[in-house]
Amino acid sequence: MTVQEPNSFRLGPDEEGRFGQFGGRFVAETLMPLILDLEKAYEDAKRDKSFQREMENLWRYYVGRPSPLYFASRLTEKLGGAKIYLKRDELNHTGAHKINNVLGQILLARRMGKTRIIAETGAGQHGVATATVCAKFGLKCVVFMGETDVERQKPNVFRMKLLGAEIIPVTSGRGTLKDAMNEALRDWVTNVEDTFYCIGTVAGPHPYPAMVRDFQSIIGWETKSQMKHAEGRLPDTICACIGGGSNAMGLFHPFLDDADVKIIGVEAGGKGVDTKEHAASLTGGRPGVLHGNRTYLLQDDDGQIIDAHSISAGLDYPGIGPEHSWLKDAGRAEYVSVTDTEALEAFQLCCEMEGIIPALEPAHALAHVMKIAPDLPNDHLLVLNMCGRGDKDIFTVAEALGTEI
Amino acid sequence: MSRIQQRFEKLKDENRAAFVSFVMGGDPNPTASLKLLKSLPAAGVDVIEIGMPFTDPMADGPSIQVAGQRALASGQTMAKTLKLVTDFRKDDAETPVVLMGYYNPIFSYGVDAFLKAANDAGVDGLIVVDLPPEEDAELCIPAREAGLDFIRLATPTTDEKRLEKVLTNTSGFVYYVSVNGITGVKSADADAVDSAVARIKAKTDLPVVVGFGVKTPEQAAEIAKQADGVVVGSAIVDIIAGKLDKKGGAKVGLVKNVSTFAKSLADAVHTARDA
Repeated sequence: MTVQEPNSFRLGPDEEGRFGQFGGRFVAETLMPLILDLEKAYEDAKRDKSFQREMENLWRYYVGRPSPLYFASRLTEKLGGAKIYLKRDELNHTGAHKINNVLGQILLARRMGKTRIIAETGAGQHGVATATVCAKFGLKCVVFMGETDVERQKPNVFRMKLLGAEIIPVTSGRGTLKDAMNEALRDWVTNVEDTFYCIGTVAGPHPYPAMVRDFQSIIGWETKSQMKHAEGRLPDTICACIGGGSNAMGLFHPFLDDADVKIIGVEAGGKGVDTKEHAASLTGGRPGVLHGNRTYLLQDDDGQIIDAHSISAGLDYPGIGPEHSWLKDAGRAEYVSVTDTEALEAFQLCCEMEGIIPALEPAHALAHVMKIAPDLPNDHLLVLNMCGRGDKDIFTVAEALGTEI
Repeated sequence: MSRIQQRFEKLKDENRAAFVSFVMGGDPNPTASLKLLKSLPAAGVDVIEIGMPFTDPMADGPSIQVAGQRALASGQTMAKTLKLVTDFRKDDAETPVVLMGYYNPIFSYGVDAFLKAANDAGVDGLIVVDLPPEEDAELCIPAREAGLDFIRLATPTTDEKRLEKVLTNTSGFVYYVSVNGITGVKSADADAVDSAVARIKAKTDLPVVVGFGVKTPEQAAEIAKQADGVVVGSAIVDIIAGKLDKKGGAKVGLVKNVSTFAKSLADAVHTARDA
């Protein structure tokens, strides 16, 4: 299939919520009026300067933006090639990029008069961010979390409880992130009047993929101006990990039309994409329809969804945001995968060389950087999105390394 | 005239509502599933909905979720669900059969291949929960062109303006989802259902069938006074769940229990307007 190159990669989605064949609005009729209302409310908010100002104010004084673009000198020296910069979104309040999007959606929920916020969470970072912002605004918060994840992310479960959220362990299906998302959708069709569904990634029915991307794009815009300030030009390569793909989309989107900037998304290869235990939907999946959109999915020959596997709970999702699927097919971004083992090595290297404990999610992106940086010239500017801190992961890492805490 | 249309016209002449029953294809296993299906017309079922199992049924409550998991665990595939209809049709050329489920297994099978196979098997209509009118080009329009009815859901959130959009490409009948929610959990309020049915009937000549949350013969009879049909799914599926051995196999009496319950529902629906 030849893909005709569009004039701009930044114009999507179209009015039907499509990025090429991907995206769309594949939801039950009960939800259709709700997502149409949401789309309208979001379009209004986008044009409202007071909405933008309120968000910028909270980003600055509540979240701590802009996050620094930090030159990782020892990592650079160690790898011996490209100049490595880390976009420090792990320094945000709540420790990850997730809050960028949550703030936007909660402000929107308030504009729409919604009083009850529901969210799904895998690693718990999106759940914590949602619980945090709900506490700040006095909104009721209900978080759906697969019971497998409740078990492996206990610190985040307790954090959410401290913040006043109700946690509902999801036992349906296999009790993972995709099942938590199913359960959140089931809650939403049941509580249509007062409830706002705050989706944590660039997936779901239109307008979610575009809306979440817009809220996360602050990462890319800041990177652009910070790199110009630091080096006087744009980066040569930008790289981010991908589960659903929100931190990556946020970094990538402002750079899509800068043809000289190479864009790399790193999926979770689990125990290897040639095994059945991985979460690499783009590398190891094919297009299908799940959770309201068409995108690359891990599925069997009969169109049944296959559970993902990754050492990182935040990447453990059998789908991916539809815009990434489109960028892959259009050839604008390159998508690769790294294994659990490679991510663990990168995790340790980052701790030792930079004094930064990364989340296992961006450790995947770093693992890929470790592969490519040594062969790149010394003036090659490479940005890695350090989208989350690793405090939540120390138990998982300890177990993987065979250490007792 | 299609089987669905024939059936509703006949019932209209008799001043009766239709009893529509849902069972999951392949639940609890292919053999028992076929026996169950074959028992339904004699129990008084007017239209049979067969679920196409899917791993991620986002509009279904626990009963139907688990029924789908049982079917998948026993090896059910789209090809086997279609074969089930073929086998059912060997002895029954009249009872309308509607396949109900989610889009991905159909998309994966290939829309054109699926429509051809469904036609060949003797399927009459489709209900695909996650295809709203906004996505009509995907399956609805190709299905209509292939001669299959595409039955759309209308819900309490479907307002007047949207209702027209929902009805535009709908055929066979309109399925009114009586509650905001998932299958088999909340129960509908009969008065609210009556006014919704009247609202839809004012805009279409198609039969209006009511489902989601109808569990007992009494509830079914109440709805059958106004609506053109009543769907019961989860309550039937629960009877199946109650007649399984530890390995998930069918216990003796499974088919009899289901058909007895289906008959009680069918009788209630068929006599609802007699008094």
